[in-house]
Amino acid sequence: MKTHLMLAGALSLIATMAAAEDKPVLTVYAPDYFTSEWGPGPAIEKGFEAICDCDLKFVAGDVLPRILLEGDKTQADIAIGLNTDVTAKARATGLFAPHNEDTSDLTMPVKWDDPIFLPFDWSELAFIYDKTKLQNPPKSFEELLDAPKDAYKIVIEDPRSSIAGLSLLLWVKDIYGDKAEAAWEKMAPKVLTVTPGWSEAYGMFTDGEADMVMSYVTSPAYHIMAEEDDSKVAAIFPEGHYFSPELVAQLKTSKHPELAQKFLDYVLSPDFQGMIATANWSFPAKLPHAQLPEVFQTLPMPDKTLYLGEDEAEKLRGPALEEWQRAFAK
Amino acid sequence: MAARLREITPAALASAALVALVLGTLAAVAIRAGGLTGLRATDLAAIRFTLWQAALSALISCVLAIPVARALHRRRFPGRGALISLLGAPFILPVIVAVFGLIAVFGRRGLVNAMLAPLGIEPITIYGAQGVIIAHVFFNLPLATRMILHGWQAIPAERFRLAATLGFGPSEVTRHLERPMLRSVLPGAFLAIFLVCLTSFAVALTLGGGPRATTVELAIYQAFRFDFDMGRAASLALVQVAISVTALLIAARVTMPASFGAGHDRTTRPIPQLAGGAGRTSLDALAIVLAAAFLLAPIGAVFARGLPALPELPAMIWPATLTSLVIALASTLVTLIIALPLALAATRHRWAEIAAMLPMTASALVMGTGAFLIARPFINPTSLALPMVLLTNAALSIPFATRILMPEIRTLQSDYDRLAASLGMRGIARLRLLTLPRLARPLGFSAGLAAAFSMGDLGVITLFSDGQTRTLPLALFQLMGSYRMDQAAGAATLLLSLTFALFWALDRAGHHADSR
Amino acid sequence: MLTLDKLAIEQGDFRLSADLEIETGASVAVIGPSGAGKSTLLSVIAGFLAPSAGRVLWDSAEITGTAPGERPLSILFQDQNLFPHLTLETNLALGLNPKGKIDRAARAQIEGALARVGLEGLGKRKPGQISGGQQSRAGLARALLRARPMLLLDEPFAALGPALKTEMLALVAEIAREQGTTVLMVSHDPEDARVLCPQTVLVAEGKAHPPQDTTALLADPPPVLREYLGEGARPRD
Repeated sequence: MKTHLMLAGALSLIATMAAAEDKPVLTVYAPDYFTSEWGPGPAIEKGFEAICDCDLKFVAGDVLPRILLEGDKTQADIAIGLNTDVTAKARATGLFAPHNEDTSDLTMPVKWDDPIFLPFDWSELAFIYDKTKLQNPPKSFEELLDAPKDAYKIVIEDPRSSIAGLSLLLWVKDIYGDKAEAAWEKMAPKVLTVTPGWSEAYGMFTDGEADMVMSYVTSPAYHIMAEEDDSKVAAIFPEGHYFSPELVAQLKTSKHPELAQKFLDYVLSPDFQGMIATANWSFPAKLPHAQLPEVFQTLPMPDKTLYLGEDEAEKLRGPALEEWQRAFAK
Repeated sequence: MAARLREITPAALASAALVALVLGTLAAVAIRAGGLTGLRATDLAAIRFTLWQAALSALISCVLAIPVARALHRRRFPGRGALISLLGAPFILPVIVAVFGLIAVFGRRGLVNAMLAPLGIEPITIYGAQGVIIAHVFFNLPLATRMILHGWQAIPAERFRLAATLGFGPSEVTRHLERPMLRSVLPGAFLAIFLVCLTSFAVALTLGGGPRATTVELAIYQAFRFDFDMGRAASLALVQVAISVTALLIAARVTMPASFGAGHDRTTRPIPQLAGGAGRTSLDALAIVLAAAFLLAPIGAVFARGLPALPELPAMIWPATLTSLVIALASTLVTLIIALPLALAATRHRWAEIAAMLPMTASALVMGTGAFLIARPFINPTSLALPMVLLTNAALSIPFATRILMPEIRTLQSDYDRLAASLGMRGIARLRLLTLPRLARPLGFSAGLAAAFSMGDLGVITLFSDGQTRTLPLALFQLMGSYRMDQAAGAATLLLSLTFALFWALDRAGHHADSR
Repeated sequence: MLTLDKLAIEQGDFRLSADLEIETGASVAVIGPSGAGKSTLLSVIAGFLAPSAGRVLWDSAEITGTAPGERPLSILFQDQNLFPHLTLETNLALGLNPKGKIDRAARAQIEGALARVGLEGLGKRKPGQISGGQQSRAGLARALLRARPMLLLDEPFAALGPALKTEMLALVAEIAREQGTTVLMVSHDPEDARVLCPQTVLVAEGKAHPPQDTTALLADPPPVLREYLGEGARPRD
């Protein structure tokens, strides 16, 4: 009898989402981290529902794989949290509709003219270290590669399972081109381990297991604002840092196209843009510098931004992965 | 005839469900991909690495388990029973938690290196192939120790007494009693651990140190996520099933030990003469101390790291905890409902045993994706979230539960089958009056394992996620994903404690319900 | 009447044939050398083992394919005659119906049966809490409740001491007489046969012989039986 009750309880958990609602439902596919209360999801839901007279429903999980599997029968109206490194594949499905937003005045270091995928925030890749512990941080990518084997231990993410890892792969490819494999060979002895995702890597860094971690230039902002800890800093390299936007798009098959469009409008609204910095620890895609939280205004930023377009990224990622695998096999 | 059919129907249904879950989903992925795709050189390397690491992990686990099991068998000391139970802990530890613990002990800034440094010894590294193997040994040494200890306890006490009257010393005991036992127990233990390590995924990802330590399961993940190549994923999954089934068939040929370690400690006191002098006593003590340190230090490290953060856990952790507990208990029920009929049939029909072992060969990712592809044309996948989570969680523990139940069922059948038949006991009455009460202990142990496995499982079935139901491991990852590493450590401690508590409670309940 | 009609039993190398009849109400001993197939013969009659050829009939009705629980017989084994996790009451209730349900009428019947074998008031005990002799009595009490026309005894009292065993045999004889039960008893001890069974089935050299007079058989045993019994001795095992 007790087990019946428990099963019923679990079922009701699932059933809450299916509860009858009079309002139209906007279904947004988002990554796992997005929908937790420590992610930007709840604020977005609250903000949008206040203006849309609708019910915004996040479906957390593997956004693109799921849409690829569902094809034109997908329930999604909106897909959020995509990355440029996978948009070629997403675009090729023909499932996504234009965003119809003006992207001429975005506040990003890269000019954006993609008609389908709309950035809502961005950051740039960076190696993060603890300045109270690491005496001689690298001042350039070159210096990092040339440093002796025991100078520092870095933890990076696996490009096969992590967006951060894939972005790093492309960052190295962008800087070193044909010599990327040689660059990886130089880096490999300093790589402590390769983790499946950003979380594991960053956890190993904050636990002191690794001296440096592959993360984002905006990571220190979290430690400063949430923990009043200014010891975590990004190593800024003159070779340039790889640009990493997060994207949102609407689906052609949406049953609520007006609502979906309204959501895209909301994404670029001051309301959304004003809260995304501290909700997602990244730069808003459309917010004047002066309106950023103070910490973000003073974050050390690279002079040069590197960015491979989608086509280039799609073309290079296969060969780059093989180079990476070869370099680590030695 | 009709009676016999009725007898095997539940097992046949359970088998069909597992075949559909493992092979049906694989077929669905392959069909969707338009057939299987050829493998690449890196895939072949992954297959090689998988076989190599699984074999080595199994070998090392077994070799290390021998002195530990022997020491536990022939020594008596206060807290021995508790220690034997505690040494089993890593086997039910959630992988992510275990990896934290191993890093805390063997990592660059871990305990071991902190102790070696003042001695001027080069730091050891846990990253790379050795990390994968250390982790696998950590998880499976308890299994090997239990299986071998069980073998020792199965040597009749009379034989030890006979050895004593013949004036045997420890080396004669080894030659005449222990070696034959080990010869029959070790192949089964080796293959059991080999199988467990074949489908390892998360361990290889974090401690592997890089692409060299790519397992087949990781290659499947890559084919899905990086390449969106379902044909290759299906090919790899097929390879994985083929390897595992081959190992299973070999395992069926060599004598499998009676159980996966459910053995009860029922030997009489050891005979001092056979246990050797002070030298052997101190060697045994060393084996026990080292094993305890190796197996318990990582758990202690996780516990200590997260304890201060427990009061600071965000309120949302509690609903997630409740969800995890409910899912764990429901998965446990599903495990028992599927494993019991299979185990009851498996003592007479080989096919039932093979079906029960099938989930060990499966790729969780392929299983999830295949089920998604099958279900999608008919229903909204999110409405399948709960059954899928329960079924895939249960699938993790069904092979173990079946193995644990089988030897006890053999005893039950040889002791009471005729009596029950002569009284015409059948169906529910037989289940209620005979099967359940007699199997209370192994059922409790199986339930504990199933609940523990379910608690720790992240659920690769994110495809079915509705975005609302959050489990404790998922909450842990979300905390990590948003920089809250201290709170994540607190969540890990919570997860660890609940997993052990759940296992302990169910195992105890089994003992308690056993009215022998 | 129990009829074994051209029965053939095969198990690997083991072979046994039986073509015989046993009168209703008779008490028949089954004796023979170890391994000759005494218990196997009972297993076939009880339905645990299918014969490779031939038929088993009770009162001319074939029961060769009938499930053990539906055959017109009760059986007591060497051991494991009671479920150790159930109380005597429940163990006995299983004799009334295989679902083990106990209503008021059943309870009265069970109490009566327990009293009949000298176990009054012990219904709430479990087998582990009573002596071996009492366990045998409880098994017999269940057979009493089942009230089937045939009772097969596969050496159920072998583990009891001589005095207890004699007592139990007397109880069986008494109950069988009251209920008109046909008794088939496997025994190693010719004395048991002499006490309880006027007739004996000899099982030896692959054949179960038709029942013959016990006293005559034991007085002048055929060579195979003599070898088993020993010269003049009466081996206990």
